[in-house]
Amino acid sequence: MNSAITVRNIVKTYEEGASRIPALRGVDLDVFPGEVVLLMGPSGSGKTTLLSIMGCILRPTSGSVQVNGIEATSLTEKELPPIRLAHIGFVFQGFNLFPTLSVGENVELALDLRGIRGASATQEARRLLALVELDNRYDSSPSDISGGQKQRVAIARALAGSPTVILADEPTAALDGLTGRSVMQTMHDLAHKHGRAVVVVTHDSRVLEFADRIVHMEDGSIVDGQTESLKIPPAIAPSTIAGPELDRPMSTN
Amino acid sequence: MPPLARRNLFHDKIRLTVTLTGIVFSVVLIVVELGLFVGFSVTTSGIVDHSNADLWVVSRGTPYIEQGAPFSERKLYQVLATPGVAIAEKYIVRFAFWKAPDGSERSVQIVGLDPHSQLGAPWNVVAGSVGDLEKPDAVMVDEIYKEKLGADHIGQVFEVAGHRARVVGFTRGIRAFTTTPYVFTSFNNALDYSRMSEDQTLFILIRATPGTSIPDLQARLASRLTDVDVLTKAQFSQMTRFYWMFTTGAGIAVLIAALLGLVVGVVVVAQTIYATTMDHIREFGTLKAMGAPNSYIYRVIITQATISAVIGYALAMVVSVFIVHGSNSGGAAVMVPWQMAVGIFFLALLMCISAALVSIKKVTHLDPAMVFRG
Repeated sequence: MNSAITVRNIVKTYEEGASRIPALRGVDLDVFPGEVVLLMGPSGSGKTTLLSIMGCILRPTSGSVQVNGIEATSLTEKELPPIRLAHIGFVFQGFNLFPTLSVGENVELALDLRGIRGASATQEARRLLALVELDNRYDSSPSDISGGQKQRVAIARALAGSPTVILADEPTAALDGLTGRSVMQTMHDLAHKHGRAVVVVTHDSRVLEFADRIVHMEDGSIVDGQTESLKIPPAIAPSTIAGPELDRPMSTN
Repeated sequence: MPPLARRNLFHDKIRLTVTLTGIVFSVVLIVVELGLFVGFSVTTSGIVDHSNADLWVVSRGTPYIEQGAPFSERKLYQVLATPGVAIAEKYIVRFAFWKAPDGSERSVQIVGLDPHSQLGAPWNVVAGSVGDLEKPDAVMVDEIYKEKLGADHIGQVFEVAGHRARVVGFTRGIRAFTTTPYVFTSFNNALDYSRMSEDQTLFILIRATPGTSIPDLQARLASRLTDVDVLTKAQFSQMTRFYWMFTTGAGIAVLIAALLGLVVGVVVVAQTIYATTMDHIREFGTLKAMGAPNSYIYRVIITQATISAVIGYALAMVVSVFIVHGSNSGGAAVMVPWQMAVGIFFLALLMCISAALVSIKKVTHLDPAMVFRG
């Protein structure tokens, strides 16, 4: 099976004045469609840096990043946004919704970036919100919905354009236990029912049960022998790797 | 495109008010200053522009209309003998002193003309008629200067240079740039009021016969007449405007004030749009992380600047209409031709978009990874 994201020998070093601060020290990782991978480790271990590099937001100092077979590290800065638009959806810790837009408009904005506008955008936005069971809040303001609902809107937004990869940075950090489980169940369904490759950076041990693999990081490296495969993802047909239509609601207990 | 630009702009009403106030102040200042510039320009050469003459004969080296020097009236006959001349009249524009019944004196500009001629006559006559100027001691002044001259009705009698002056009519809107009122009268009265001898004149106004080439006639006259200059109406008008607007510095002053208005507008709008951009910087970072190209974000910022420009301009023009209307009764007219109003709209647009460049530069270098940092 082809991986959705492959990183090889990723090194990231930050330079602050005369100091050189290594954030990643040669990381290798494959993420496959249909699995949920948790990146765990103490603060400063490089989890978010790795996630940023996998998401083609941050450039590594050296190493290779492939997204669905596309070598991202050889692309220019201008060529990276289209890769993100086509292949990657992001879910952020702070939801990062646009507060002056309605719930529906937040999703439509992501569609607009992909050239989907007008009635088509509205229809698609409603469908995506229906998947996370928030189609009845289409016209609500983000300030009028709960934290869990905001994160589900963020997930619906991340699904705009049917990306094959979902990268989530601490998606449950601002949520209570029950709500966090609900969000993680949604992430789980994205992988197992819809064939997405889902990577979640988290400190939250409550979400372990939703993971297929846990990658432990420390001091910029994957700790030897600390990649746990908890479940073997079901075999995924090649057609689903390209991004199947998400046509049934995900569980949002 | 979802209305992100408009929503963000209207979200903070106080900041929007500050932005619009800055734009209104700036645009009103530009409108008033440029309007004054146009008003001044038109006023300085009003007598020339409304003369209905194709050519002006002036004493050699006359730089503007208020600096005419006397020359022999015999030149009039040389002019009349020149092929292509249909009408030629002697004309005076000269300073004199107007004495009110209370004994106070005011400086005025005597404009002496042939009341039966079509050349150099007062325009916008609202009381009396030009023909009344042929009556003895008859004068006509503008309504704007009623209070200044103490003349508020027809029939009043005043004294100019020791001679009677009887008001026979009023005009409307004939301003003098020097704020020294024009007093229209017959050429013969003007000779007395300006203490010139009968064989002299200050100007000769010429109307060409239909079909005559004005440049050719100008050249013919210039070759025939000595010690005088022959100028087209446009040339003399331009010379007079240039002197008052630029040689004196008056025009430069208003243009500088207009430029200051523009600078103020750019600074205020730049500051508020930048503050708005910084307030929403995480949103722009999120857009970048999601894969939005810089051009998409530029569009948001420029849309905000454009909306601000349109609303600010509309409000400013409402204010400006009142100012222009109010200036009509004053000594200095603010004139805003529609072409200038359209031009100022595009200037306001340019001002706001230029102000947005600071914000655009900020988001250009925005690191999308910032959305992952707390």
